[in-house]
Amino acid sequence: MSVPNELRYTKTHEWVRVEEREAAVGITDFAQSQLSDITYVELPGIGDKVTAGNEVAVLESVKAASDIYAPINGTITAINKELEDHPELINSNPYREGWLFIIEPENEKDLDQLLDADEYSKLLPED
Amino acid sequence: MKTVLYNKHIEVNARMVPFASWEMPIQYEGIIKEHAQTRTRCSIFDTCHMGEFDIQGPAAETDLETLLTLSVSTLQNGQCRYGFLLNKEGGILDDLMCYRRGPDHFFLVVNAGTLEKDAAWIREHLSSSTTFTDLSSHTAKLDVQGPISRKEIETIFRIQLPELNYFRFTDLNLAEVPCTISRTGYTGEWGYELYFPTNDAERIWDLLTVNGSIKPAGLGARDTLRLEAGYALYGSELSENRTPVAASRGLFIDMKKEFIGKEIMAKDLREGIDQFLVGLQLETRRSARVGSKVMHQKQVVGEVTSGSFSPTLGFAIALAYVRSDLIDPGQKLDIETQKTRLAAEVVELPFYKKGTARKKSV
Repeated sequence: MSVPNELRYTKTHEWVRVEEREAAVGITDFAQSQLSDITYVELPGIGDKVTAGNEVAVLESVKAASDIYAPINGTITAINKELEDHPELINSNPYREGWLFIIEPENEKDLDQLLDADEYSKLLPED
Repeated sequence: MKTVLYNKHIEVNARMVPFASWEMPIQYEGIIKEHAQTRTRCSIFDTCHMGEFDIQGPAAETDLETLLTLSVSTLQNGQCRYGFLLNKEGGILDDLMCYRRGPDHFFLVVNAGTLEKDAAWIREHLSSSTTFTDLSSHTAKLDVQGPISRKEIETIFRIQLPELNYFRFTDLNLAEVPCTISRTGYTGEWGYELYFPTNDAERIWDLLTVNGSIKPAGLGARDTLRLEAGYALYGSELSENRTPVAASRGLFIDMKKEFIGKEIMAKDLREGIDQFLVGLQLETRRSARVGSKVMHQKQVVGEVTSGSFSPTLGFAIALAYVRSDLIDPGQKLDIETQKTRLAAEVVELPFYKKGTARKKSV
């Protein structure tokens, strides 16, 4: 499973890429492999205020629906509209084309609470 | 329990899940890929968990006629037919296939989860001269399904398959293994169900998959394929709480003969019933799931029994029991999931109409 070093992570398998005061969010390679073929994505609205740990999006695979949680408090500034017709991008490229939404953090210090790649890797099953 | 092919699934990193007390592969490389490969090429499914009964004797035909909804007496040697096993209240104990091997010799194929219940019920209703043998533990079953299945089997085993019409079967040897092969399946595509001794299962599996043209597919794709084809699944659409009139609107029931549960069927057909099984097409990719309520003008009018994204069609589809005045194609309904309400429309089954299962040739 790929766990890029430059990203931050949550225990619920979201990744966060911080660039210029904005935090892009997606799901990890491990999460996409567990869900397998993703068939539908419900994203938040631009301008929505989100709270760390609350549901902000839904991913459906052939077999089940899974909630995606906000990693930090903030405001949604962009969503990945491409996923509407091509949810499979989350499976094929979870860390780039498969991004879900961007949050403008309410408090940038919240980002320090997230896991780093080493800490997140330890949560994954061996092998 | 594990099927004889358990190690084959583990070898190729299948994801295993519990199913009717068996550990079965839900997927190998991915449900959508396995689904597409079945529609366009050919897949192999391990269905060794299913049950097989051998029933013989001078009264076997009349015994089965009483037990099953399908017409047994009109079955020819080498023909098989789908139908229901009912309890006295007309509830569905199982859906099954009945194969006629000879004048007094039949072969039943039943679901894994209902095997013991079926065996007990059938035995209880057989004449003393009729023998019942449960062949399940030494019968392997493989489904080879997809438009190139005939060509692939012929190439791999260097044989020419006999011309088998839909729902016909024959006995033949594959790599010197005695095999019953029927042109049947659960995918809507041209294909075969193979029955042979479990001792040979790994070897036959290897032969069928070695050149890579036929790839394994799991229960996940089996479910999306059958759903697109509009086939009911025991435990989802079919149960002891549902009657065949509700599930199939009288198909697979021969009302010209006597059988257990017939009075209830006759009453259902005469007086009508509250709900029928229908196909629902949803507006988007978002799926309804088992247990979601079907709504009409703020009233609950039914319940979803199966729902999924349809990989071939590109939108979500569902099977649901719906109030009998709302079942005409074109009827608009809503489906209430835990979080949202989805727009749906009643459509004719099957959802996927281009399946090759019934074609005259491939």
